Parts: sequence; structure tokens; C-alpha cells
Amino acid sequence: MPTPAIETRDLTIRFGGHVAVDAVSCAFHAGTLTAIVGPNGAGKTTYFNLISGQLPATSGTVHLDAADISHLSAAARARRGIGRAFQITNLFPNLSTLENVRLATQSRARSRAGAAHGLAGTLRELTSRWDRDTAVRSRALDYLAEVNLAEKRDVPVVALSHGDKRKLEVALMMALEPHVFMFDEPTAGMSVDEVPVVLDLIKRLKARGDATILLVEHKMDVVRSLADRIVVLHNGRLVADGAPAEVIASPIVQEAYLGIAPTKAVEAALHG
Amino acid sequence: MSGIADTLLSGDLPRSRILTALLGVIVGVLALAPLLFDGAQAINTAAKICVFIVLAASYDLLLGYTGIVSFAHTMFFGLGAYGVGLALYGWGATWTSVAAGLALAIVAGLALALVIGLVSLRVKAIFYAMITLAVASAFAILAGQLSDFTGGEDGRSFRVPELLRPATLLFRLPLLNIDITGRTAAYYLVAGSAAGLFLSALRVVNSPFGRVLQAIRENEFRAEAIGFDVVTYRTLGNCLAAVMAVFAGALYALWLRYVGPDTTLSFGIMLDILLMVVIGGMGTLYGAIIGATLFILAQSYLQKLMGAAAKSTQGIPVLPDLLHPDRWLLWLGVLFVLSVYFFPAGIVGTLRSRAVTQEQLPKT
Ligand SMILES: Nc1ncnc2c1ncn2[C@@H]1O[C@H](COP(=O)(O)OP(=O)(O)OP(=O)(O)O)[C@@H](O)[C@H]1O
Ligand SMILES: [Mg+2]
Repeated sequence: MPTPAIETRDLTIRFGGHVAVDAVSCAFHAGTLTAIVGPNGAGKTTYFNLISGQLPATSGTVHLDAADISHLSAAARARRGIGRAFQITNLFPNLSTLENVRLATQSRARSRAGAAHGLAGTLRELTSRWDRDTAVRSRALDYLAEVNLAEKRDVPVVALSHGDKRKLEVALMMALEPHVFMFDEPTAGMSVDEVPVVLDLIKRLKARGDATILLVEHKMDVVRSLADRIVVLHNGRLVADGAPAEVIASPIVQEAYLGIAPTKAVEAALHG
Repeated sequence: MSGIADTLLSGDLPRSRILTALLGVIVGVLALAPLLFDGAQAINTAAKICVFIVLAASYDLLLGYTGIVSFAHTMFFGLGAYGVGLALYGWGATWTSVAAGLALAIVAGLALALVIGLVSLRVKAIFYAMITLAVASAFAILAGQLSDFTGGEDGRSFRVPELLRPATLLFRLPLLNIDITGRTAAYYLVAGSAAGLFLSALRVVNSPFGRVLQAIRENEFRAEAIGFDVVTYRTLGNCLAAVMAVFAGALYALWLRYVGPDTTLSFGIMLDILLMVVIGGMGTLYGAIIGATLFILAQSYLQKLMGAAAKSTQGIPVLPDLLHPDRWLLWLGVLFVLSVYFFPAGIVGTLRSRAVTQEQLPKT
């Protein structure tokens, strides 16, 4: 087995007395798509927050390409290639869609320069005109086009529909050009005709073959069609991990994930 | 022509015809002030407006662009004024003293901004505001107590380099018969530096860095999530605003040939610049020009105007009392409440959004 792109070891977070993520050890490899499922409040989003650095772990570690990144800030982890699209849309509300994505491409250009950015880079960042950086802008337009938002480039986020906001949320992550893509219920609340835009994007990403994709998704048909593997969280604990068909059929999932009678559970699992 | 404006203003044009006209008048009058007025009060007011445009713009960098509420801004203003003032007082009236005093003030200002920034930008906004309030008070008290060094509450009067002295006659404008004295030179030093500083600030807010500051103001959490170190950016924003305030203080000291707590460090000035920025329009920089000009004009001339009004209404009950020059602060207060009520986005914000709606009218 090659080195996992992302690995968590005994990752735990406690909120007061409540253990939201409980000693989760799991590895994710490049070129695979892992679906993370579990009932509401299982700790999926919190697990994501621990990996991308929005929350500090109470104990345990996060590794990126074998390097321990537990001490790094969310910003540093983003620069190292951990991308995150949030479950609750989290954008720059009064900026246009293009400016939102442009900020991400700007960040990407800066982190790509790395140490070469230096003092001269900082000076340029302070004294050059943002509207003259056509490379950053045109790359942002590409990513907007990827989620069908190119025509709405000048629309401020506050004026977007829910579905468009969800797509922009994804575009922001794509524009960072990460190695690890963390989608947290990307299609939640989207209208039926908008869902394929995001799913196709995830499929293309998967087809690229080098991306590490983590997907939290409640719709079982989506999970079935996309995932190479399913990990089940329940009460903060990892309770099942394996090939999709296997995991969905396993009694523990029918019990733990769906919390309803097994026969009904199978139906719900199969038909969403 | 428009290309030059675009370059000077870094592509951030006023975007409203009324605003453009208003700014044109203010800048035009300020640029020609020594030729237009010969009274000392008028030229003093013009110089004060230039200085406070820089100070208010630097505060807008913090408040409007970075979303930092700080009450320590006059401390940096004071540092600049004391740096240059005490250097001229102690080391003689030379340009070397000016440069050395300014350099020391910049270094001290940067260090202070860096320390306050790193220590307190991690805490909640309200605590940050309180910390800056405490530091600023401590600084003002210190300046008052170290009277051997700073002149205490009385401050220090000092001589400025020869070129800037009122008694220096530089030349005589042939046609207009106006004497160009050191006072005029001092005025243009202040006004020219103010223009340069303002345009630099405009460039910074329209730079990639400035965009990140705005992103942080909009959504700090997401700015961090896409890889920007929020604390670093804010600290740098804090430092830039501080240095700009140091420059404003230095200019003010050069103009007044005096430095003291009342002209630079008082909490009253802190409130003044807060109001200038809010009334002018936060996060626009142009708001600093409008806000500072209106505020200082009101401060300088409202009393006179009221005196005249009180006289002319003599005989009518109550009115002369209400219009007595001693009530000028009351009326200034009323003006502010009204302007904040009618222009919640500040004057610039309101003018701009009105220009946008007018532009859209023909299409719909
Ligand atoms: N910052 C926090 N402080 C306290 N409790 C928290 C915090 N964040 C999450 N929790 C708790 O941790 C548990 C897991 O929440 P989380 O959002 O991770 O669930 P989830 O699996 O993403 O659920 P959903 O499917 O509804 O999105 C919940 O009980 C939640 O209330
Ligand atoms: Mg969740």
C-alpha cells in the first residue's frame, strides 16, 4: 500500500462532556473516493473540521502524505492542499461570484509561489493592482464556468439562489487546486436539475485519478454510484468501513446508520 | 486623461457624478488655498483638513477595510507629531531632525502596532477595542507625565526648518502680487504629502492585499479556510494604518510648530476621526475626504455662523439661546445624528448606491 494522502490516528474531539469524534483512525488514498455516511449528529462535519483544521483535536493526529499536520492552522492546511467545501454555505456575501473565486485563485497563486513569494512578493501584493492580474482572473473564470456560473460572474453572492451558492461553494474549493477534496453534502437542498452539475464535476475529478476525495452525502443512490468505499460514523465512532455494497448491506449499518427496522433500512439505503 | 486618473486612483474611481464633483471642489480648493485665502484661519483650516484626511483615511483602512475597531489610533498620530516635534525641539530646526524624528516615530509605531496586533487581534473585537483603549490612555498619560521630555500638558513649541518658517519670503507671484512665504511652502508640503499618502492608501486597498483584507472583513472564517493567514493580514493592515497615522501626526506638528496632548492624543480627536469615517462612509477611503472636510469646516465655522444667527434672531424667544455659540457642540451632535440617520452607509456609500440605481433605471 502506498502512503495514504490523509490519515487520522485516534482522532478525538470533546465538547464539554460530549465526544463528537471518538478515536477515529482511518486512511484515505489518492485516486479514491470515500463516502462518509451516518445519521444527523454522527460527527461527520466535525471529523472534516478536524482534518481541515477548523477545529483543534482534543487528542489524536492528522497526517498529510505521512507528515503530521495536527499543529497547522486551517489556512496552512489549505495551502498544503486540503480543500474543503462546507455543508453550510460559507462565502463572501457582498462580493461577486467572480471575486469570490478570484480570492481562491489568488490564494492558490500565492501558495504555489511558496517561499519564492518572499519580501518582493509581499511588496507586489501590496502595491500592484488586483484588477490587473489577468492570470488570476481568467483562472477564476474557468472555475466559475466549471460549475455553470460564468454568466453570473458579476452577481453578488447575496443575490444568488441556494443552488448557485452551493455550486459556488464547490468552485471555491476547486479553485484552490487541492490534492484532497472534502465535499460536505454538496448537493443538499439543490433542485433536481442542478444536482448533476455538481455530481458530474465530482465524477470528472474522480476520473482524473490522482485526487483524494472525501464525500459526506445522505443520498444513498449518489453514494452508491460514486463511492469506492463507504465509512460509517455513528455517535462519533467509526462503525463500518468497506466496499459500498457490503457496507450498505451490513446489519450494523442498517441498525446504526438508519436506526430503523432492517427491512425498511435496506429499502431506504437502496433508494435514498 | 481618464487613463491618468485611473492610474492615480488605482482604478477605484468615485463612481458617482455628485461625488466626483464634490471631491473635485474639495481637492481644487485645497490645492489653491494659499492663493484663494489670505486669512490665517482659512489656511489653518485647509491644512488641518489635509492632515485629517490622511488620519481619517488611515483609520478607514482599519475600520472600514479590515473591520478592526481600535481606539489607539490617535496614539500613532501622537507618535508622529511628538517624534518630529521633539526632534526639532531637541536637535535643532533642521531637515535631519525631521527625518530622524519621523524615522524613530515610524519604527516605534510599527513596533507598537505589531505588538498590539499579535497580542490582541486573536481576541474578540470588543476586547480588542478595550485593550487599544487602555494602551492609548496609558500612552496619553505617559506623554503628560514625562514633562521634562515632552513638555507635559503644555506640550512643546519648536522652530521648523528655515524653508517652512512664516518669516521666510521665498518669492513674489508677479501678476497676483502675492508673497510666497515659508508658510505657503509648509502648506504645500502638508497638502502634497497628504495627496501622496491618500493615493498610496487607495492603491493598497485596491491591491491583492487589500482584497484579502476585504475578504476577511466579509468572512474571516472562509478567508482562513482558503489559505489566508488572517492574523498576519490584519497585523499588516494594522501596521500600515499605524504608519500612515504617524505620517499625519508628523505633518500636523510641522504645520502647527507645536506638539501637545490636546492637538494629537486626546480622546476627543479619536472620536472625531471615528465620526469622520462613519459620516463620510466606511470602507470607501473617499469618505475620509468628505468626512474630514465637513467635520473640520463645521468645527471651525459653526461657532461663527451661530454667533451671527443668534444676533439676527434677537428678540425672538428661545432661539437666540439655542443658537448661542456655546451650544455649537449640541448642534454638531444634531448634525451627526441626522447624517447617520439619513446616510446610514455614509455620504459616499449613499451617493454611490444612488448612482447605481440611476444607471439601472433606463434598462428596466
Ligand atoms: N462547535 C461545537 N460545539 C459543541 N458541539 C458541537 C460543535 N460542533 C458539533 N457539535 C456537536 O457534535 C455532534 C456532531 O455534529 P456534526 O455536525 O459533526 O454532525 P454531522 O454528522 O455532520 O450531522 P449532519 O448530518 O446533520 O450534518 C453534534 O451533536 C453537534 O451538536
Ligand atoms: Mg454535517
